Amino acid sequence: MNVDKILKRYNSDRENLIQALHDIQDNTEGNYLRTGDLKKAADYFHMSLSEINGVVEFYSMFSKKPRGKYIIRVCQSPPCYIKGAFNVLGELKNLLGIDLNDTTKDKLFTLETTSCLGACDEAPVMSVNNIIYGKLNTEKIKNIIKHYREEKRGK
Amino acid sequence: MKKEIKKILISVEDKTIIEGVAEFEKIFKEKIKNKELEKSVKLSRTGTFGVNTKGISIVIYPGGVLYSDLKIHDIDKILNQHILKGIPVQELMPEPISERLSEHGFNPEEAKNENRIVLSNVGKINPESIDEYITSGGYNAVKAIAEEGLEPKDIIDIIKESGLRGRGGAGFPTGLKWEITAKESSDEKYIICNADEGEPGTSKDRLILEGDPHRIIEGMIIAGYAVGAEKGYVYIRGEYKISVERVVKAIKDAYKKELLGKDILGTGFTFDIELKKGAGAYVCGEETALIESIEGKRGNPRIKPPYPGEKGLHNKPTVVNNVETLANIAPIIVNGSKWFHSFGTEDCPGTKVFTLVGDIKYPGIIELPMGVTLREIVFGFGGGIKADRGLKAIHLGGSSGAVFDKSFLDVPLDFDSVKKQGGLLGSGSVLVIDNETDMRNYLENVLLFFKHESCGQCIPCRIGTARLYDLVKKLDKNGQNDVIISNMEHLTDVMFKSSLCPLGQSLIYPVKSIFKNFGNEFK
Ligand SMILES: Cc1cc2nc3c(=O)[nH]c(=O)nc-3n(C[C@H](O)[C@H](O)[C@H](O)COP(=O)(O)O)c2cc1C
Ligand code: FES
Repeated sequence: MNVDKILKRYNSDRENLIQALHDIQDNTEGNYLRTGDLKKAADYFHMSLSEINGVVEFYSMFSKKPRGKYIIRVCQSPPCYIKGAFNVLGELKNLLGIDLNDTTKDKLFTLETTSCLGACDEAPVMSVNNIIYGKLNTEKIKNIIKHYREEKRGK
Repeated sequence: MKKEIKKILISVEDKTIIEGVAEFEKIFKEKIKNKELEKSVKLSRTGTFGVNTKGISIVIYPGGVLYSDLKIHDIDKILNQHILKGIPVQELMPEPISERLSEHGFNPEEAKNENRIVLSNVGKINPESIDEYITSGGYNAVKAIAEEGLEPKDIIDIIKESGLRGRGGAGFPTGLKWEITAKESSDEKYIICNADEGEPGTSKDRLILEGDPHRIIEGMIIAGYAVGAEKGYVYIRGEYKISVERVVKAIKDAYKKELLGKDILGTGFTFDIELKKGAGAYVCGEETALIESIEGKRGNPRIKPPYPGEKGLHNKPTVVNNVETLANIAPIIVNGSKWFHSFGTEDCPGTKVFTLVGDIKYPGIIELPMGVTLREIVFGFGGGIKADRGLKAIHLGGSSGAVFDKSFLDVPLDFDSVKKQGGLLGSGSVLVIDNETDMRNYLENVLLFFKHESCGQCIPCRIGTARLYDLVKKLDKNGQNDVIISNMEHLTDVMFKSSLCPLGQSLIYPVKSIFKNFGNEFK
């Protein structure tokens, strides 16, 4: 979607900046914030590019690098750690053949870590585009990845 | 005789979505139709049911019979036996909590069974239906204000008398907080609901947001009326997708019923609510960082004082309250402060919503009176340690709290009693750690969390968290740990005294308590 159109949904009060950034990122192929778009947003909200970059870089949900269609975020906080969060990360690396913060060649998956996702009673936990998956084990992880691979092919 | 309509509530939340609840619901509906039961059975959605379920779960009213871990082939059994013949299907019901309690030597009656003030609607009503909230007594507190002509001061008095203390972690008296803001004279004031829930081991606010969003809106309206604010914000962490959707809908529906907007129920009082999404930063749960974030900035905490009560959002007087705190407001206004004192302890009345996580048989969320002991929670409601290993440690109140050993099990859980033991009740997270866990590794993981989440604005916290993480990795089983440990302890002292916000200050709790209570692992 066109960035100018997205920006127009918000009044140019700075209070709306983070909401607009979410909106732009969600509607950009590659789930990220392009510098060109950030320039437009900076103009729209009457701020400098470096200031807007400062905001973008502060928040872990925003990215300035192109990412996959599905963003997998594995929780690494203590309750998930106790339940084997590091193994989950290792299995995903193997399964996807990528390292942390990388994207698969087919541009389908990006692997990230995150702090607590607020689903600790289901630990270990990960999210795929903000859908939470808990009680992860080898079997379940495989099925989830398979599910998203098929969803992609189905479209 | 008119046949009683049976109401089936199906829990739709993240954990049931992955189990395929959408498909389950679809087939359930088809079967109801095929059996021509549409007139006598109503199927609707609700939030999660809490500590006692796993997989796809439903509740059937009247009776409130809970079925859990359901598969599609169970639907026929439920329809044929429960709905048509009125006989509950025993084998699909989860083991009742009372049995778990008696197994561990508690008298279920005495052991203060689960008590619901905050969660009274969760799992019982459809959170997407304002009508169901109203039928269950919702918005009665707002109506009471309109009909009984309660003045803002009366509201503040009730909340003060109730003794309600903030559930976001610090336990600050809510009535007093409101009074401070009420006394400020300003053209604008704000109410902010802190739904940033980022403290590791805590998911109770999500349960409330997903299961009973109108309760929060009602609490905010009352807070606004009491302090003279006309605008409220719900700040929800960006990761809480379902919470955001449900609260957006709840706000919309409240406007339609004129419970938000101009001249609410003819009181002349105007109140608007807007939702703001966070974007992933633990520190944004700190109230002044949260305010910066709403203003569209980096979430760097401000120097306090001034406190938000005087200078908050846009430098105007602002009340920031946690989700659970706000969920207590309507019940207190309706039932009175005396009623509230019938729960919990003298200085900490009411209940607390605990999140049970870690190496425990039944992880989940449970609401219990303040003053309950860890023994009751862990061995009673939580069913004890997983795989019957031994209990080693409990990390209480989130990662920023202290880590205790077994000797702590009988300390009553309320803000003051825990503080006296050198810990924090915090967000009410109870993380159970069994004796397979190496405490050095655990501490390393805790420190990794803080290193990652330090906002970097002030030097003691930015450098301190990184340095602590480096140091913990140098600890080994046969080295000279004493020097490293004393360096680490000293560093947390410095951070306690000089960090700008409680994030850096709080490292003293996990670090020192682990060395103190589990020192033998570092010899
Ligand atoms: C690092 C940090 C994170 C915090 N995170 C939260 C949070 O996620 N939710 C919350 O309600 N309070 C959080 N707090 C506490 C808030 O600053 C504030 O005390 C609370 O929202 C006040 O509400 P209450 O009086 O209803 O407890 C946090 C504090 C700190 C220092
Ligand atoms: S610690 Fe992983 S979801 Fe909370």
